[in-house]
Amino acid sequence: MTVGKDVSSLFTDVVNCMQTENLELKKLVYLYLINYAKSQPDLAILAVNTFVKDSQDPNPLIRALAVRTMGCIRVDKITEYLCDPLQRCLKDDDPYVRKTAAICVAKLYDINAELVEDRGFLESLKDLISDNNPMVVANAVAALAEIQENSSRPIFEITSHTLSKLLTALNECTEWGQVFILDALSKYKAADAREAENIVERVTPRLQHANCAVVLSAVKMILQQMELITSTDVVRNLCKKMAPPLVTLLSAEPEIQYVALRNINLIVQRRPTILAHEIKVFFCKYNDPIYVKMEKLEIMIKLASDRNIDQVLLEFKEYATEVDVDFVRKAVRAIGRCAIKLERAAERCISVLLELIKIKVNYVVQEAIIVIKDIFRRYPNTYESIIATLCESLDTLDEPEAKASMIWIIGEYAERIDNADELLESFLEGFPEEPPQVQLQLLTATVKLFLKKPTEGPQQMIQVVLNNATVETDNPDLRDRAYIYWRLLSTDPEAAKDVVLAEKPVITDDSNQLDPSLLDELLANIATLSSVYHKPPDAFVTRVKTTVQRTEDDDYPDGSESAESSAHVGDVITSPQASSSSVPAAARQADPAPAPAPVPDLLGDLMGLDNNAIVPVDQPSEPAGPPLPVLLPASTGQGLQISAQLIRRDGQIFYSLLFENNSPVALDGFMIQFNKNSFGLAAAGPLQVPQMQPGTSAGTLLPMVLFQNLSTGPPNALLQVAVKNSQQPVWYFNDKISLLAFFTEDGKMERANFLETWRSLPDSNEVSKDFPGAVVSNVETILDRMAASNLFFIAKRKHANQDVFYFSAKIPRGIPFLIELTLVVGVPGVKCAIKTPSPEMAPLFFEALETILKS
Amino acid sequence: MPVAASAIYFLNLRGDVLINRLYRDDVGGNMVDAFRMHIMQTKELGTCPVRQIGGCSFFYMRISNVYIVIVVSSNANVACAFKFVVEAVSLFKSYFGGSFDEDAIRNNFVLIYELLDEIMDFGYPQNLSPEILKLYITQEGVRSPFSSKPSDKPVPNATLQVTGAVGWRRDKKNEVFLDIVESVNLLMSSKGSVLRCDVTGKILMKCFLSGMPDLKLGLNDKIGLEKESQIKSRPIKSGKTIELDDVTFHQCVNLTRFNSEKTVSFVPPDGEFELMKYRITEGVNLPFRVLPTIKELGRTRMEVNVKVKSVFGPKMFALGVVIKVPVPKQTAKTSFQVTSGRAKYNAAIDCLVWKIRKFPGQTEPTMSAEVELISTMGEKKSWTRPPIQMEFQVPMFTASGLRVRFLKVWEKSGYNTVEWVRYITKAGSYEIRC
Repeated sequence: MTVGKDVSSLFTDVVNCMQTENLELKKLVYLYLINYAKSQPDLAILAVNTFVKDSQDPNPLIRALAVRTMGCIRVDKITEYLCDPLQRCLKDDDPYVRKTAAICVAKLYDINAELVEDRGFLESLKDLISDNNPMVVANAVAALAEIQENSSRPIFEITSHTLSKLLTALNECTEWGQVFILDALSKYKAADAREAENIVERVTPRLQHANCAVVLSAVKMILQQMELITSTDVVRNLCKKMAPPLVTLLSAEPEIQYVALRNINLIVQRRPTILAHEIKVFFCKYNDPIYVKMEKLEIMIKLASDRNIDQVLLEFKEYATEVDVDFVRKAVRAIGRCAIKLERAAERCISVLLELIKIKVNYVVQEAIIVIKDIFRRYPNTYESIIATLCESLDTLDEPEAKASMIWIIGEYAERIDNADELLESFLEGFPEEPPQVQLQLLTATVKLFLKKPTEGPQQMIQVVLNNATVETDNPDLRDRAYIYWRLLSTDPEAAKDVVLAEKPVITDDSNQLDPSLLDELLANIATLSSVYHKPPDAFVTRVKTTVQRTEDDDYPDGSESAESSAHVGDVITSPQASSSSVPAAARQADPAPAPAPVPDLLGDLMGLDNNAIVPVDQPSEPAGPPLPVLLPASTGQGLQISAQLIRRDGQIFYSLLFENNSPVALDGFMIQFNKNSFGLAAAGPLQVPQMQPGTSAGTLLPMVLFQNLSTGPPNALLQVAVKNSQQPVWYFNDKISLLAFFTEDGKMERANFLETWRSLPDSNEVSKDFPGAVVSNVETILDRMAASNLFFIAKRKHANQDVFYFSAKIPRGIPFLIELTLVVGVPGVKCAIKTPSPEMAPLFFEALETILKS
Repeated sequence: MPVAASAIYFLNLRGDVLINRLYRDDVGGNMVDAFRMHIMQTKELGTCPVRQIGGCSFFYMRISNVYIVIVVSSNANVACAFKFVVEAVSLFKSYFGGSFDEDAIRNNFVLIYELLDEIMDFGYPQNLSPEILKLYITQEGVRSPFSSKPSDKPVPNATLQVTGAVGWRRDKKNEVFLDIVESVNLLMSSKGSVLRCDVTGKILMKCFLSGMPDLKLGLNDKIGLEKESQIKSRPIKSGKTIELDDVTFHQCVNLTRFNSEKTVSFVPPDGEFELMKYRITEGVNLPFRVLPTIKELGRTRMEVNVKVKSVFGPKMFALGVVIKVPVPKQTAKTSFQVTSGRAKYNAAIDCLVWKIRKFPGQTEPTMSAEVELISTMGEKKSWTRPPIQMEFQVPMFTASGLRVRFLKVWEKSGYNTVEWVRYITKAGSYEIRC
């Protein structure tokens, strides 16, 4: 509200204005409180009195305002004071206050669920469902539905009684209220077909509503109930009723059209009859935004039938001459998909494709060739007469997929193309430079050619290709395929013929068709994001409940953990299976000299430690520092416990892991995988863990690389790890990325350079944070600790009684951090300000700093 | 979950935040940076209005020079969110006196904050009806030249009206204005066959009625008439009836009653509102026929002949007729002959623009133009011809043939009302491929 300026320092002054009579001013003060109470939790309490007073004001607008605002202030201390006013407002005479209070219960539940349940707010909320004001009912339903979604206990279950009550309220509600109620009711499962019919009958009038959200929610509910209805007449009738409202959605704003089209795409997959006769409304307008055109095209393909295909093809042909390249490509592809879908129309589709090829627009030709290949797969030995036309455009192909398709066609029909060997030969010259996709097709096509025409020319070609594909390539797929062909050809050419020229299964157009169970789930989510993404909600909603993780930590306090793990180290040494690796490990611990990381110095190790050279990777790393945090407790890992942490050794990042096998079986075949993360951390090599007998443990240092699988979005510390072995299911656990492992050794800056950089960065790049709990009692130790973590000391100055220290650091990709620490030795409280070109890293940086300060 | 938004941002075209409001705690304040970086500053802008970045989803719409961005992190109701934005914009417009752009936002910060607080609570849309909100949010929009003086005190029963389905009224003039506005959408192939044609119409109503009157609207639609004749057991009167493909109604119309009796009955809110929208595909009277002939004479010359025929009654006339005929980019020189209106070449949109201010019915003016092209080097890719587009307004004409048969008003006091009805047909997307 202040264009990015932090005005939290004015908190007390603003709160003083709170008791004003002026309603507009009061609203602004409240707005200020919502934005800044969190940063000044102690001062926020000052506002409570006025809130409580306002919640008893004679003016209902002020009562509602007070209770609405209090719910938005997420400060624990205030929450308690909210309860009494909320209780009162839920029973207020004025419906405006009650409807605001109903939503406030949901807000409170989000902050403190227990409090809501203890104070009986859920019951009050349920009472509001029977309120005589429809808007209160609607908000109460919305609040209850949300609470139910976040709770595992049954809180808001819709019975047939509430159902009929809510359906009655539907008539009187505001448009938004209707959406809340319909969405909540769509979860209701009708007992039998008759009840379902009754419900549908009462919901269908909503299809005529002007608000698109009401229409889509009504459609969702009707589709849900239709599953139960057995009478075909009723179903047919409903389908007829739903079509016009769905079509009308297409005259709304383009963004709403897009949402509607994504949903229609789902609906026609389940009930194609609904819009079977409406294909014309999906014809693209010249000025439609591209996202609307693309979706319309997709639905046109789904609705294309023998009856309307001529019209549809004319449209596709028209689109194929438009300007937008992506759209043109999709249109050409659509023609191919129609050919595959509709056998009787295939010939007409092909003739349209040939006409398009004659236009000689490069990308149209390439796209056409790709789809013609699919048509050949679908209708083998039918349309080969057009190959000659295709060959004319051979020279213009430059996209891998088109090239690969053309090569496939030549290979497949080598016996009918007189100069097939010449054509293929022209491609062979550039074999090593081609993308893998094309190389694979070239290889196969040449083999086909050779099998079909075993003459001299092809024989020479095949030598060249096999040589290229085995000796001169690094691509394992290509090499493997080449070796298989080679062996087949050299042992039994007849068998090779059977294999390579075998009849292929006929393809169908099932691209863009969703799996039925997924479709069910998506249909239950019509109008929501899930139906737009065509993904189930849990695939993109990442909100995790924190309570579960907290209990795990409690169960495994760090102290007992370290004792346990050291006991296991003893096990390793005594157990005969692991002796080969553990003995040198013990030896190394005693000898401080080779302390620098084992992996980068592999060569040196090779000399010193002869035959155990491979093993150092597997060495337990716990003596190097404090015990690793447990990430997968044995209780969840069926006896397998994993502790791990990112560490930095000799300028390289390692993932230090410790496995403990408390399960009754021996575990082997360990593999690890990292999910996309903000730093693109990934394993640089395979996980090397020996077979683990029951009761043993093994540690390893896994070298890591950066920027491999980057996730998008602002940086966060989440590192999701999956570990599997041959005996157990895949284990997933989360780790926190600490920036400590990222500070590089070259982060030191000259003073002048530091000053210049500091000045060159705009003030908006400065972020600061207080660590009220941190105490620095000895400057030397803290400087050492910082240096050990690659935070380099630059300068120090005195400011009043405070010491100000300057440091510099750098993380990969050369992002510098300029750090200013302000503190008084021996007094709690350290203030840290940093400047960096990527201020979004600041929270992560502060976390890392806190670890240093507190360790 | 019917949640529509966790946060809403208003950005200008450069991506600066003009104003924002966080409704929920589940999205961070810096989310809008992600939007700027990953959508606004890339080619992705405009390719898809719903995008996921990290754990958040963004829905955005551009209204004049403002981007309105909604951020959520749950499985929100997208339809609800977009509709909310559309309604909110029309609410702002009614407060600001008709315009919604960057300046209007900058001039009305306080008012927008107040409205945003009122129209959405914890991500759930609340009441967005301008007539009701104006009862108790009485700040004047800064740029609004029309708004009346704010009343000193909020109307005592304001809160009842917010939560009630229908607002109360205080007017005494007892007048009703009905505007039937239709837009014709046409897509005609180059051979002159109609590929797609429909009419989307709306009935706008402006009420100045006192008390709480019950209104009933009668149209010449087929189903309504049939039902009526069934009830009164009387044959349908002769005359044109039309078939409505679909109708949607304003909040105030009793939908259950429409479903059972096919009558449009309602208690209208005060002021102006959109009573209903309808769509018709059968029996559309196209007001204009366009007959283009375009000849490419060699590489550097084109001949364009366009004849436009008005097919409505000779006593009526269309206003503001514009015909845009696309020509290739490398157009160098044009010369025109027109029998009516004016024509010129507009290089910015690569079109010949022919304007006729007043276009009487049953006439057929023509335009013939010669276009000279700069010969381009080598490029033999043929010119893809965009369709001819047309704009017009025809007062007192409905392309659908829809007529208002009656508007009955019942009120306890039994006063007389005056009803005014206007018809107008406009061009929607009126495209003729050539």
